[in-house]
This record gives sequence, C-alpha cells and structure tokens, in this order.
Amino acid sequence: MLPAAVLLLVFLTYPLGLGTWLGFTDTKIGRGGEWVGLENYVFLWGDSVTRLALFNTIFYTTIASVIKFALGLWLALLLNKHLPFKAFFRAVVLLPFIVPTALSAIAFWWIYDAQFSILSWGLVKLGLIDRYIDFLGEPWNARLATIAANIWRGVPFVAITLLAGLQTISPSYYEAASLDGASPWQQFRHVTLPLLTPIIAVVMTFSVLFTFTDFQLIYVLTRGGPLNATHLMATLSFQRAIPGGALGEGAAIATAMVPFLLAAILVSYFGLQRRAWQQGGGDK
Amino acid sequence: MSESTAAQRDAPPATADSQGMNYLVSLPRRIVTVYVPLGAFLVVLLFPFYWMIVTTFKPNEELLSREGNPFWVKNPTFAHIRKLLFDTSYPDWLWNTILISVVATFVSIACSVLAAYAIERLRFKGSRYVGMSIFLAYLVPPSILFIPLAQIIYQLQLFDTRLALILTYPTFLIPFCTWLLMGYFKSIPFELEECALIDGASRWQILTKIVLPLAVPGLISAGIFAFTLSWNEFIYALTFVSSSEVKTVPVGVITELVEGDVYHWGALMAGALFGSLPVAVLYSFFVEYYVSGLTGAVKE
Repeated sequence: MLPAAVLLLVFLTYPLGLGTWLGFTDTKIGRGGEWVGLENYVFLWGDSVTRLALFNTIFYTTIASVIKFALGLWLALLLNKHLPFKAFFRAVVLLPFIVPTALSAIAFWWIYDAQFSILSWGLVKLGLIDRYIDFLGEPWNARLATIAANIWRGVPFVAITLLAGLQTISPSYYEAASLDGASPWQQFRHVTLPLLTPIIAVVMTFSVLFTFTDFQLIYVLTRGGPLNATHLMATLSFQRAIPGGALGEGAAIATAMVPFLLAAILVSYFGLQRRAWQQGGGDK
Repeated sequence: MSESTAAQRDAPPATADSQGMNYLVSLPRRIVTVYVPLGAFLVVLLFPFYWMIVTTFKPNEELLSREGNPFWVKNPTFAHIRKLLFDTSYPDWLWNTILISVVATFVSIACSVLAAYAIERLRFKGSRYVGMSIFLAYLVPPSILFIPLAQIIYQLQLFDTRLALILTYPTFLIPFCTWLLMGYFKSIPFELEECALIDGASRWQILTKIVLPLAVPGLISAGIFAFTLSWNEFIYALTFVSSSEVKTVPVGVITELVEGDVYHWGALMAGALFGSLPVAVLYSFFVEYYVSGLTGAVKE
C-alpha cells in the first residue's frame, strides 16, 4: 500500500496541484515563474487560436463519440449473434485498439497522403472524383480525416465492452418478448437498450474522456495544422508548453480541460444514479 | 423440447437454446443482416494493417507510381527493413521500449497488489473512498499531467533518462491495475483467509500463499494491460526524453524517421509494423485475459 500511495502522491496528486498552480504563473522552461493570477486565462480567452482549439475539441469529441457509439453498438450486436469463429472475430476486431496509436496514425498518414493516397486512387479509378483529395491539407478535410482515424481506433473498444454487456442479458427476455409479438426493433428498443444503459453510460464516459484529451493522433497526423484547424486542447497545450517554452500557458490550457472532463463524469454518474433509482422504484 | 426440433429444421441446433428465437431467421437473411456488415467492419478495421504490410515490402518505384494495382507487391523488397535496422537507431528504441514497459509493468503490478489488497481486505476507515479516488485517478488523462510532470522531471534531474519514463508510467498504470485487482480480490472468498489466519498465517503469508495464487488470472490481465499501455504511451515519452538513444519506438519513429519533405514511407511503415507486432503477438496469446481486463475495468 505504502509504495503505491507514495508514487501516486508524488507523481499524480502533486502534479495535478502543480499543474493548476503553473496555470496561474508565467513560468517558462528553465526559469521559475511568478504568480500572475488569471492573466493566462484572460489571455487565452482572447486568443483566437485557443478558441478555435476549444471549438475543434468539442466538435471532434461530439462527432467522434456519437459515431463511435453507433458503430460500436452495431458491431457489438453483430458479434453477439452466434457466429462461427466468434472468438477469432472478437480478437481481430480489437486489434486497432491495442496497436500503438502513434504507429497506426502513421499508417493513416500514408493513407491520407496528398499525392499517393490509396483512398484517392480508389475513388479516381471508380470515377467518383477526378483529382486527388488533399485530406490533411484543407481545414475541413483535415478535421474529418482525423475524426475518421479516431473513430477507427475507438470503435473496437466500444464494441467489445458493449458486447460484454450484451452477453449478460439473458436470452429468455428475448424469447418472452418475441412470444409477445415484439418486432426485432421493439426487442432492441425495450429489452436491449434499457438493460444496457448502465454499461453504455460508463463506456461512453471513457470514450468521451479519451477523445477529449486526445493527443497522439492529431500530433502525428497534422500537428494541429493546417492553419490550426485541427488543434485540440491537448495538442495546443503541448505546442505552447514544450516547443514554445511557455509552461505556464500550456498548463493553463491543460487545466481548462478539467471542468469539461468533470462535467462528463458527473453527467454519467448522476445519469446512472437516476437510472438505478428508477429501476429500484419501478414495478420490479 | 419443441424448440430443439424446430431448430433442427431451420438452423444448426447449437444456436437454438442460447439465442432465444433467432432460429426463426433464415440463412439468406442472416447473410444480409449479419455477415455483410460484419465483413465490411472487418475490412475497414484491418485495412490499415494490410496497407502497412504491403507498403513495408514495396520498392520505392512501386510506392510512387500511380500505375498498376497498388494493393499488391510485384517485386517485394527488404530494403526498407534493412534501412530501418541498420541505418537508424530503431533497435535501440525497440530495446528501450521493451525495457521500460517491462520494468514499469512489474513495478506497477507490485504496488497495485499491495494497494488493492489493503483496500479490499484491511478494512480501514475510508477504504471505500480510497477505492473511489483510485478509480478517479485512472480517469485523469496524461495530456493534463505532462506539463507539471515535465517540471518535476527537470527538478529531479531525470530529464532524458529511461528512469523518467519508468517512474512516470506507473502513474496511469497503478490506478488501473489496482482497480482491476480489487475486483479479483473481491471474488476470493473471505473464509479462505480466515482459515489461514486461524492456522497462524501472517498477513504477508496470506497474501503470497493464498490470495496471489488464486488471483493469477487477474494478475495476467493486469500485466498484459499494463504492458500494452506502456508500450503505446506517447506523450510522456515525447516530452521527457530528447536524445535518440533513450527514445521509445512510437516516439522514435515519429520524430526521427520523418525527415524533411521526403518521407520514407517504406521505412516508416516497417517501423510501425515492427512496433506493433510485439503487442499484437503478445495480445493474441492472451486475448481472453485482455478482454476480461478491459471489460472488468469498465464494469461496476
């Protein structure tokens, strides 16, 4: 217990506090900073790049999470059917999640390459477009391309954890429902979803947290470019703090993410509680 | 009874009892609703890996031509791999990554075992809250912590050493492993320990001789998970280390193989491929443990 507590205190709680404190100072690399109060935050609030990064982060998280959830749930439902080689499928599906993100991001970089993109090649051959798409060179293309890569990486996690939730639902509910004449959609809506809600809430909280604070993918694919169009809070804070040297400012950006994360956690926590209360107080 | 006879008519009997009324769904329908979408998912999920492999073995002329079929290699070459292994410090990075991941994993598991056991069994005041805070600690993302940690690493004069990474990785590994192991320890019957206590075993003996052997699956899950997490870690390694000899694979590939405007796609892909293979192989041996770790961490 003690070693863990010490390590966690020194390397987790202390940095959290230090990070918050640094956010209120003008520390630079190699030079201690002085207390400047809210100056960093005031500056950042007026800074168009930071605002853009905030917008990007929210946009990126919302779109990616919604699509990840939809695709992940679908994939989980598919895998939950009785299939030959089920274990094999499950193992293969999880591959994108376990491979280092930085390395799979390189593969995406190559897939999105402006001149030799295999996607463009395919679309041109199919006659759908007549010139190569500059996936990472234009703001909206880049945003969508990074979101697609993030979804690719996140779907397996959502699918496999939801699958575990699905497997705990007893088949007899479905039997009862279909004897009562429920269509597959009704079964899904009134049996699967309610029973799956708790695990959905937890999985999506995780997914939102990790998407919101994503760093690797953006850093590898675009470094925040073009014209800061894909900067997320995390990449911007790295950019300002490490190559830029403004530790205080970077820490302020990082700290600014915390309220959003807390909000996400609280929403799912209280959502779950209300749910539990409803189920406990219901007719069951 | 009637269920199984109906099942034999429409579908393999094995699917009947555990799948409710699904045996009523005919095979062509199943192909459209299940196999086609599943196939599409698999193609999309696996394509980047396939592309990585193909690119690794493609000679440059084929990589940079728009003619022919790009999905296949006409003259496979090992040039990219040779370049990677002999012209770059890739072997160093690989060695660093292995070393750091293994040490960080063992340190974290050792700490987590003690912490989880204490929280689950010693029943001190507020152990529930400690458990909760451990879980919250797991939710703190590295992208918030790297700046203050960088400051600490500077102050401890650990900057640019492997030790910096070995010490910081446990910050996200310990909460996770502890949380996972707490679940496993909970499932071990308390009576077993009481028996041992009556027989005069000390707490330490109980832990090493009774609890740990029973928790081996949990330990393996936690170990595999911790290992892959530290293998994949990027932002700490990028921030705390700057010279080539101490870089890890993901950081090395990103920062050193990308030179100027000419990208060595073949070598880059080879680097990505060999960086991914060890975790993929390890994972394939322990899929079940990994999945149970993943899902165990999310439940509760």
